[in-house]
Amino acid sequence: MLRRRVIPCLDVADGRVVKGTRFVDLTDEGDPPELAERYAREGADELVFLDISAAPEGRGTLLDVVERTARRAFIPLTVGGGVRTVDDMRDVLRAGADKVSLNTQAVAEPDLVARCAARFGSQAVVVAIDARRVTDAGGGRFPSGYEVVVKGGREPAGLDAVAWSRQAVELGAGELLVTSIDRDGTQSGFDTALLRAITAGVGVPVIASGGAAGPDDFVRAVRDGGADAVLAASIFHRRRVSIADVKAVMAAAGLPVRPIGRPA
Amino acid sequence: MTAGPLVAVVDYGAGNLVSIEQALTAAGARVRLATAGDGMDGADLLVVPGVGAAAPAMERLRGAGLVTPIRAWIEADRPFLGICLGLQLLFEGSDEDGALTLGVLPGRTVRLDGAPTLPHIGWNQVERRRSHPAFDGIADGADLYFVHSYAGLPAGGLDDAAVVATTDHGPRFVSAVARGRLLGVQFHPERSGRDGLRLLANVVRLAAAERDRRSAA
Repeated sequence: MLRRRVIPCLDVADGRVVKGTRFVDLTDEGDPPELAERYAREGADELVFLDISAAPEGRGTLLDVVERTARRAFIPLTVGGGVRTVDDMRDVLRAGADKVSLNTQAVAEPDLVARCAARFGSQAVVVAIDARRVTDAGGGRFPSGYEVVVKGGREPAGLDAVAWSRQAVELGAGELLVTSIDRDGTQSGFDTALLRAITAGVGVPVIASGGAAGPDDFVRAVRDGGADAVLAASIFHRRRVSIADVKAVMAAAGLPVRPIGRPA
Repeated sequence: MTAGPLVAVVDYGAGNLVSIEQALTAAGARVRLATAGDGMDGADLLVVPGVGAAAPAMERLRGAGLVTPIRAWIEADRPFLGICLGLQLLFEGSDEDGALTLGVLPGRTVRLDGAPTLPHIGWNQVERRRSHPAFDGIADGADLYFVHSYAGLPAGGLDDAAVVATTDHGPRFVSAVARGRLLGVQFHPERSGRDGLRLLANVVRLAAAERDRRSAA
């Protein structure tokens, strides 16, 4: 039976792992390959790198960091942030990523999802959706009650989050990374209503993101939200909880998780 | 001390080769990327990796003049490892896009119909139908990493003599096949942690033994 995945997320800026409350007050959390290797050893099922470099010169650094990481951690790696073209995606894959996540550019140019899927296969294309709850349903524009936001959560995209999730899958996304911008960095638990609204309407795996505080939140994201995988950043970086703690609680709740083996 | 076996990894522009190159190097092999048929000269093991769809992959292999040398290598029963798409291409054709593929194993590549989610992404148990030295030291039912929507189905189905292992994702599918010195795996050993590295080390060791046998003969 397919295991539910636990995925540490590394926000990378100019070659370092950083964490703040969504793009502000960034603090240095370490060297990406080093953290990646640690997480692989501790039982992470996969890794996500999100490049949040403000400056374009951060891009070359990113490819170097991806390659150094791929040479040290023998678990899958998804890379997102700043991928704008099929050629960008090719470069990131060649550097050692297994999947590429598209966000702002997919909203601006939905056909990019289709072209990347045609070239590299749907299984390599993750569409990241940042969603924010709207109270008045936007005068009917947001029937799900969630609007897509882009540019790191700073700009409303005018799209209904659930409708966009279905369109992204029709275009060729093989996986969705769904972040609640309201919950991100708040450690108040995942938005399981958002997750449920999206997972109920698509057949591809969905990764839950935004709000993890403790192991019980991972259980709820899967059981109540229908997520296939659960992502978190700062609680792992700061060793608030370990991947082993999370998996033990998930297993006790009856969820299938990959056992953590002896250290290599 | 004898140098590690030389592994030719076919490079046809199908994604991440860094991981496979690094994992084979960690297993003691010397690695060469083969972009044309002569890249296979002198190699002890041929690896065809790859993800994505069959038709563009076959087109790139054909364009690089690699189809005939790969077929000849397998017909001569030289050590061979196909990973993911590199396994699927061994069959006669793919339902994904109707592509005609290498045709060295009877059967087709079919969609995982009835699966709860597609693509099938993540760690799943590889359950053996028969023993194979590539799996030495790896527990039966070990979790290995998959990322695919299609899988090769040998002509004899799950009971075909070529089937080494199967995996359950809704319906059961074939996750490893072998015939002679050919091995094909649907999972990604280069992304499957310690057990994946062990499988690659076993494959490299078998290739080294075959090299020594040939040079002694």
